[in-house]
Amino acid sequence: MSYHVNEKGYYGNFGGAYIPEMLYPNVEELRDNYLKIMAEPAFQEEFQELLRDYVGRPSPLYFAKRLSEKYGANIYLKREDLNHTGAHKINNTVGQILLAQRLGKKRIIAETGAGQHGVATATVCALKGIECVVYMGAVDIERQAPNVARMKMMGATVIPATSGSQTLKDATNEALRDWINNPVDTHYIIGSVVGPHPYPDMVARFQAIISEETRKQLTEKIGKPNPDYVMACVGGGSNAIGMFYHFLDQEDVKLIAVEAAGKGVHTGESAATTALGKEGVLHGSRSIVMQTEDGQVIEPYSISAGLDYPGIGPQHAHLHTSARAKYVSITDEESLEAGLQLSRLEGIIPAIESSHALAYLEKMQFKGDETVVVCLSGRGDKDLATYMKYFGL
Amino acid sequence: MNRLKQLFEEKKGNILSIYYTAGYPNLNSTLDIAEALEKAGADFLEIGVPYSDPLADGPVIQKSSQTAIDNGMTVKLLFEQLKDLRKRVSIPVLLMGYVNPVLQYGVENFCASCAEVGVDGVIVPDLPMYEYEEMYKDCFEGHKLSNIFLITPTTSEARIRKIDELSNGFIYLLSTSSTTGKNLSVSNEIEDYFARIKGMNLKNPTMIGFGISDNKSFSKASEYANGAIVGSAFVKLMGEENYLEKIPAFISSMKGKEAMTV
Ligand SMILES: Cc1ncc(COP(=O)(O)O)c(C=O)c1O
Repeated sequence: MSYHVNEKGYYGNFGGAYIPEMLYPNVEELRDNYLKIMAEPAFQEEFQELLRDYVGRPSPLYFAKRLSEKYGANIYLKREDLNHTGAHKINNTVGQILLAQRLGKKRIIAETGAGQHGVATATVCALKGIECVVYMGAVDIERQAPNVARMKMMGATVIPATSGSQTLKDATNEALRDWINNPVDTHYIIGSVVGPHPYPDMVARFQAIISEETRKQLTEKIGKPNPDYVMACVGGGSNAIGMFYHFLDQEDVKLIAVEAAGKGVHTGESAATTALGKEGVLHGSRSIVMQTEDGQVIEPYSISAGLDYPGIGPQHAHLHTSARAKYVSITDEESLEAGLQLSRLEGIIPAIESSHALAYLEKMQFKGDETVVVCLSGRGDKDLATYMKYFGL
Repeated sequence: MNRLKQLFEEKKGNILSIYYTAGYPNLNSTLDIAEALEKAGADFLEIGVPYSDPLADGPVIQKSSQTAIDNGMTVKLLFEQLKDLRKRVSIPVLLMGYVNPVLQYGVENFCASCAEVGVDGVIVPDLPMYEYEEMYKDCFEGHKLSNIFLITPTTSEARIRKIDELSNGFIYLLSTSSTTGKNLSVSNEIEDYFARIKGMNLKNPTMIGFGISDNKSFSKASEYANGAIVGSAFVKLMGEENYLEKIPAFISSMKGKEAMTV
C-alpha cells in the first residue's frame, strides 16, 4: 500500500483540493511548481544552509536516561525544541519562504494556533524582508501572549480572528479569505499538513528532515536505523508526519500519533479528531473532521493551543483508516503531568503539545529493551503560565 | 423542462437573481422570503444552506449563516420546509452551499431531495471540477439538476472552455476575486474581463455576482452578462425589522428603469 500522495492529490480516499474557484490559480501554481522548485540544486543548497546555520540542524537525538529507566525502554527524544524559535514549525517556514520567493510573491500570510507557526513565519519573513500578516484566534492571542509579542517584535502584523471559537480553525478561515482577496502577490504559508493539495505533501516533505536525521542518528547510536516505536503529537499533524515520514514504508516500526483528548474524549470538550470525527471536508481537503450530523464543524477544545483543531491532515486520515499508525489521545491533565515529569527527570521543559506525546509513554507496555523515539516538537517557554497555574508553582 | 433553462430561453437580459440564507433571520422565514421575492419581481433564487465555516464569504453572510445554524437550521429541516416550495413559488430555485453538509447528508440523497421538492440546480463553490466529474456528475444529471460553476478574472481560457462544457444552466461570473460582500467598483480592468468573457461566446448564459448591491452595478453587469446576482446587500436587508415588507422596494430599486417600464 502507498502511504504517499497520488498524482491526483489523494491519499486513499483523503486529500484533494476542495477550494473555491478564486483559490484555484494560486493552488494550481503551487501544485505545478513545488516539486520542480524543491528539486533545484540552488534551492536545496540555500535550504540546507539555512537549516544548518540558521535553524541549528541537525537537531540532537537525545537518549533520555532517567525517563528510560522509569519506563523500562530505551527512550530517545528528537529535540525539535532546540531549533531556532523553539519548535519544528520553522523547518516548514524556511522551505516555504524560499519557494514563495521563487514564485515572485511579495506578501506572506499565515494562521497560527499556539503562535509557534506564526513566530516561525514572522522569523523567516524578517530574514527575507517580506511583509508578513498572521491570523490568530482571539482566544489564542490571550493564552499565548509571549508569542504574539515575538511576532510583533519581528515586524509581523497579527490580526485576531473573532469568528467561531476564535482559535486555530477560525484563524485558518481568515487566512484563506485573505488569500482569496489577494490572489496575485500573496503566498499562504500553511503551518501544518492540512489544506488543499499540494500543501499536505509539501509541508510533509519539509518536515521529513526530522525522520531523515533520526534514522542516521539511530544508526550511529544503536547500529540500526529503525526503532521499535516512533511517537508524536498531532494537531494538524506536521511534526508527526515529519517524524513518521521515512518510517512509513518500514513496516517493522510502529507509529503512534497522540491527539488531545482535552477534558476527556467524551466530555464534549475535546480535540480527539480520529475518535470523534467522521469523513468530511475542512479547509480544502477531505479528511476526518469533528462535525455534527448536519456537517457543521464542531468547535474543539484542548488546553494546548497547537492541538486545538477539529481536523487532521489527509495523510493522517489515511494512516489511521489503513491502520498503519495508531491514533490515541491524552487529556489536559495527563499532558501537564508528563510535562512536569520531563522537567524534573531530564531538565527539559516541553511544549504542552509535545507533553501529549510524552504522556502516552505511561500507557505503553514495553518488553525489555525496546527502542522508542518521541518527537519533542517544541519547548515549553510559551506555556509556562499554564504550567505554573496548574501546579500552583 | 428545467425551470432554469426555460427562464434563460425566455429572457435574455437583465435577469435578477437573489441569494439569501435559509433559516435567517428566523428559522421559518425561508419560504416567506422566497414568495415575497417572486412577487416583487426577482427572476430566480439562490437559497443558501448555512455552514459553520463559509470560507468564500465575507462578514454579512458569515453572520447570517451562524444565526441560521443557531436558529436550528439543518439540511434535513431545509428540505422539510421546501416540501411546500412549488405550492408557493414558481420561479427557478437553486441551493447554494458548501460541500461538507452535502457530503454528510449524502450526495445521492441530496440530489434526490432537491428533485423531490422542485429545486432546479445547485451551487457548491468548494466542489472542484475534477471531483464533480469523477464522483458527482452522474448523480446531478440523473436528477436533472444544473450544477453551476464559478469563474473569476484569473480563470484561464482553457479552464473556462472546460467549465462551459460541463455546465448546464448558467456560468457564475465573479466580478472580482474576493469573498462576498465587497462593493463592486467598476474599473477598466473589470470591464475588460467582462468583455473578454462575453467575446468567448460561451454556450451557457452567464450571470455576474459578488459586489452587486444597487441598480448601478446591476445595470453595468447586465451589459456584459444575462444578468446579475445580489447576495450580501439583500442578506443585510433581511437583518432589519419588517424585512418582508421591504422586499418590493429593494427589488424595484435594483431593477431601476426596467421596473418602471413594466
Ligand atoms: C510545539 C508544537 N507541537 C505540535 C504542534 C501541533 O502541530 P502539528 O500537529 O502540525 O505538528 C504545534 C502547533 O502549534 C506546536 O507548536
